[in-house]
Amino acid sequence: MDEQRLDGNAAAGTLGEVFSFEVTTAHYACEGCGKADQIGAAMVYEVRGLGTIVRCPSCDNALIRLAHNRGRHWIDLRGIRYLQVEDAAG
Amino acid sequence: MQPRRILWRLADVIEVVAETPRTKSLVLEVPGWEGHKAGQHVDVRLTAPDGYRAQRSYSIASSPEDERLMLTVDRLDDGEVSPYLTDVLMAGDMLELRGPIGGYFTWEAADGGPLFLAGGGSGVVPLMAMIRHRVAVGSAVPARLLYSSRSYEEIIFREELEDLVARDGSLEVIHTLTRSTPEGWSGYRKRIDAEMLEEVGWLPKERSLVFVCGPTSFVEGVADALVGLGHDPARVKTERFGATGG
Repeated sequence: MDEQRLDGNAAAGTLGEVFSFEVTTAHYACEGCGKADQIGAAMVYEVRGLGTIVRCPSCDNALIRLAHNRGRHWIDLRGIRYLQVEDAAG
Repeated sequence: MQPRRILWRLADVIEVVAETPRTKSLVLEVPGWEGHKAGQHVDVRLTAPDGYRAQRSYSIASSPEDERLMLTVDRLDDGEVSPYLTDVLMAGDMLELRGPIGGYFTWEAADGGPLFLAGGGSGVVPLMAMIRHRVAVGSAVPARLLYSSRSYEEIIFREELEDLVARDGSLEVIHTLTRSTPEGWSGYRKRIDAEMLEEVGWLPKERSLVFVCGPTSFVEGVADALVGLGHDPARVKTERFGATGG
């Protein structure tokens, strides 16, 4: 299986298919250990053709799981306590 | 700014420029391109006649101030996408892409510095966009690029970097070559390690903004060494492009 460890930045295109805000600069808190940081600083594991997992760099908890299947996106956000997004309207 | 989705669109290939034996720059005209920040990337998608699709991310090499978008692509022999981009694509072709993508690994002159950039191989590409941006806006932010290449011939943007350094006293470029060195080479000839980072980087108390880009093992080695030397992890941003790329 072709799995790669990358940065949160690497998932920006995939996350951008689902969310209308810039995800890599959004702040999160990990449901597992409470660590708070920007998504761009998290770890991303991409399995080509299957999906993307964003993991906490401290405790390895899966923050965001993304899969694409038969024209639908599946988004599992159980691993994050909150996502804090800049208000683009100011 | 309106929320927007990142849409696929077709770019016109204006020129394909050979940078090194393995690397080419694609100069593109993208209708409706709304600009980018130095450090961002685009996703490129190829579609085969049977509908099979392959997609990879490539860093933008041009500065936001440049008239045209430039991607610089390293050819990976077993890659699905890069051999097409470096060997087949020609001026006059179209290329499907989406972007700009990623707001995290970016630098604007207003973010200040001093700036410490560490690149491994084609990991220099987004760092080059930052250097070109710095030049284009006339920024005086002190900047150092520590650039690891396998050999002298594989140094991407070598002449342009020499040129910029000659004209700009606040820009320094330090090369290290990891596999072979030309006769008379007086620079580093090893992988970047803590000792080298201590010699060429800023002191932790100078609070440099750090960007590290390259293969995953390169990025993790450099970032860990910097944090070990006392640099603030929050000021060390990384962009791993994986072990295999594509």
